Order: sequence, then C-alpha cells, then structure tokens
Amino acid sequence: MKKTIITVVGNDKVGIIAKVCTYLADNQINILDISQTIVQGYFNMMMITDASASSKDMGQVSRELDQLGEEIGVVIRCQHEDIFNMMHRI
Amino acid sequence: MINIFEVNETNKMIEQENLDVRTITMGISLMDCIDSNLEEVNRKVYEKITTKAKDLVATGEAIEVEYGIPIVNKRISVTPIALVGGAACKKPEDFVTLAKTLDRAAHEVGVNFIGGYSALVSKGMTPAEELLIRSIPEVLANTERVCSSINVGSTKTGINMDAVKLMGEIVVETAKATADQDSLGCAKLVVFCNAPDDNPFMAGAFHGVTEADTIINVGVSGPGVVKTALEKVRGADFGTLCETIKKTAFKVTRVGQLVAQEASARLGVPFGIIDLSLAPTPAVGDSVADILHEIGVEYAGAPGTTAALALLNDQVKKGGVMASSAVGGLSGAFIPVSEDQGMIDSVHAGALTLEKLEAMTCVCSVGLDMIAIPGDTSAATISGIIADEAAIGMVNQKTTAVRVIPVIGKGVGEIAQFGGLLGYAPIMPVNKFSCEAFVNRGGRIPAPIHSFKN
Repeated sequence: MKKTIITVVGNDKVGIIAKVCTYLADNQINILDISQTIVQGYFNMMMITDASASSKDMGQVSRELDQLGEEIGVVIRCQHEDIFNMMHRI
Repeated sequence: MINIFEVNETNKMIEQENLDVRTITMGISLMDCIDSNLEEVNRKVYEKITTKAKDLVATGEAIEVEYGIPIVNKRISVTPIALVGGAACKKPEDFVTLAKTLDRAAHEVGVNFIGGYSALVSKGMTPAEELLIRSIPEVLANTERVCSSINVGSTKTGINMDAVKLMGEIVVETAKATADQDSLGCAKLVVFCNAPDDNPFMAGAFHGVTEADTIINVGVSGPGVVKTALEKVRGADFGTLCETIKKTAFKVTRVGQLVAQEASARLGVPFGIIDLSLAPTPAVGDSVADILHEIGVEYAGAPGTTAALALLNDQVKKGGVMASSAVGGLSGAFIPVSEDQGMIDSVHAGALTLEKLEAMTCVCSVGLDMIAIPGDTSAATISGIIADEAAIGMVNQKTTAVRVIPVIGKGVGEIAQFGGLLGYAPIMPVNKFSCEAFVNRGGRIPAPIHSFKN
C-alpha cells in the first residue's frame, strides 16, 4: 500500500478540513489517520492517506492540493511517507 | 506510525532550514568510446551520454515532487577525458572538440554541469594528458557546463611538481581567457591531491576507471539544519554538542539515501555512494561558517576554528556513515568562501585569511575552495599554493584541492561576481614573497614514509 502524508499549515478558519477531505473523497484517496494541533498559533494538520485506489498519480494530486491550498489560504503538502520513515525510524 | 511532530520536524528542515539533496550525479564510463578517429570518439561520447542520462533530470524532478524534497542539481561525471581522447587527440584543439561535445550532451539532457574533463597525473604525465591540460583555458572559456579537474599528487605516489608548475600557469591562463566574467573559468577548475573516483560534487567530479559502467552518486547537504539543531544546545558541553551534530547528520543523510535508492531503482542504474557533505550555498542560513559561529567562535577564522571544524567534520561522518549503505566521495564539511555567506562575512571582518583557510583544510574535506585572489598573482605563487595544499593531502592521507580564482583586473578588497550557486567573493590577499625557485626545480616530491607517524 502506498501511503501518502498530507500536511496542512496556515491560519485557522471554517472549512479547511471539509474542503481537503472533499477533494480526497472525490479522488478515491482513503484517510487512515488524522491528527491536528495548533503550532505557534497556526492550524497544523497531518493526514496519513492511502492513494492506491486513486486514478491520479502523485504529482497530479500534489499539484491539485497545492492549488486547493492557495484557494483556502493554507499550505498543503503531499509527500510519500518514506521520507519520514527514513528520517525518523531506524 | 509516523506522528505529526516528526512530520513537522522534517518539513521545517526543508522549508526553513534549507535541507535539500545537493546533487544526483550519474557517473558514466566512456572507456568504450575510445577510438583513434576523433570524429568517431566525439560521436560515441555524445551518443553514450545522451542515451544513459536521457531520463536523469526527469527522474530527479519526479522524486522531488513525490517526497517533497528539493534536489538542487542533476549532474553527470565521466571517465577522465585524457584517457578517452588519448588515442585520437594529437593537439590541444582536438581535446577542445571533445569538451564541446560534452557541453552539447549536457545541454541535450538538461544537466547543469558535466565533470570529467580531467587528467590523473599524480606520478607522471602522458603526452595526451599534457595536451588536455594545455587545452583547459580554451575549453573553460568556450564551454558553459564542462568542469575540469587534475589530480597532481597522492599519498602513494607523491606530488608531480611538473604538473603543479604547469597547473599554476593554466590557472592564470584560464583566468585571462575568462577575464570578462571575473575569471569565472577558474571556478570550474580544481587541482586535486588524492582525488576520489566517486565524487558527485563539482567542479571535481569524474567517473574513475575503477567504477562500473554507469552509477548513481548522491551528495547531501544541510548546514542550515545542523546550525538550527545547535541553537538548541547553546552553552552545553562538547559531548552534547557532538551528539547533536551526529544525530542531525544521520537524519540529513537518510534523506540522501532515500533519494539515491529511488533514483537508482527508477533509472535502473546501480547506486554508488552517498557523499556526506555539508555543502553551503550563498543563501542566508545555509552556511558552514554559521555552524562554526554557533559552536562558539565569533567568526570563522578566529582561534579555535580549526578545532571546531575538525569536530564538526568528524561528527558529520559518524552520524552519516550509519545512515547510508555506502559512503564515499569527499564526505565532510566544505569551506568554499564564495558559496558561503558566513565565510564572506568573516573575510570582510578581517577574521579569515588564506593561511587560516589552509590550516582548516587539514581537518575537513576538500581544500582551498572558491577563493578569489588578486588578478596579478603570479603563476609560480599559485603553483606554490597548490603544492602546499597537495602536501597536506599527501601527508595526511586525505583529499585536498585548490580552486582559486585570480580575478584579472581586480585587487584586494574588490568583489568578484560569479552568480548563481557560485556566489560572489571578496578578493583576499596572497603572501607576496616568491616561491619561484622552488616551483622551477621540476620533477617529483617522493611519497612520504608510512611509518613513524608524528
């Protein structure tokens, strides 16, 4: 299973989670885990997702989420989980 | 499972602390392109490079997007051209055609530098190697992306002083040939002692003859990440300091290892090595000098700098070695002056001199790197600088190098502008006394004794 980590950082406002989740649902990307916190006053969310059923490749999802982030006024990043596993797990 | 704090830590390194993979360098052997017909060599070289590396840049960009990690450079290193062109090239101009072919191939596949316009002459020079060396000024003035390196000494062979003398002259000629660009040609020319076969970093990268046909080497970076980590342990003892550098180097290198594995798998090319280097850029916060400052010296060059650098270099290796399956190349901290804002500030403050930089090269990777010196510096003086640096490498069994830029038409205190990753550099004073009689002796400095270590 190809796990993707999606992070959302920005000023808190109504509907951030809703909009991101709607996009993921529309693209057959399953959410496995969500955690959310406020770091230095900023809304900070991380989702672990499974994109293996999605018809779009990661580059395209990444670009579209980037665009969605601009519309909402937050920064959305979409990265393969391996970069975090490599750095934080031996 | 990965938690939000770990994800934030990684992304903060990338976004705020300039963590990146500095280069994916594909090493390509050109031994099978050797031919006695010059046109044939050129054709084969172009064909091999553009075939093997055709997907290099696209693959690098795809990895960047998927993992969200910038890969700053995609580059190529090739077999030392003196070997490849030796059978076909009868005059320096013949070698120039090969350099132009390399440049054309680099443009075609979209890499920003191609290294390997090189000759390994640590013991002696063949006629072909001398022709290649003599062609360097014309090559660096007439190509954009070709990088050249010459190995003039090693711990096993000693130092070829004939080559050292010649290289002093070639550096000056290259400076003159590119005088209209602040002698930029010299920024693409390195003189080595103990040059490694698998270095992914320019300008000194070449694909050694002991290597496989094609290979992927990766150079990591991350001075900003180390600096930020050290901010949190201000005032702590050396044990804590070292532990912090080691852990940070481990994390940085793991990213390089991931990128190397992915690039190797996607391109179908074996993974060679990770070069564990703290490579600075002119960007603010991406400086090795800033780490030295954080360790506790007011400016790079102050007393204590050499010890601080030795410690830093060693801990980077200790952390990095465990993070990667194979390390090689130059591996350590780079201290280029022009590519490091903290180094430039130290020169401006009067804290950093050429002599102190020379001392620093005894304990870190590479050597006198990207140092602008007055345009009227004599060839003999540059040869003397090369000989000193090569001697440090030879005796200490380490790689050392010289990449100095005599900036034609400019003097001490003026600024040389190179642009891009190469940055700018204040011109530093050089010792005015002559070493002409020493350099003119000719011959070789024999290899040092390997016992009675003192």
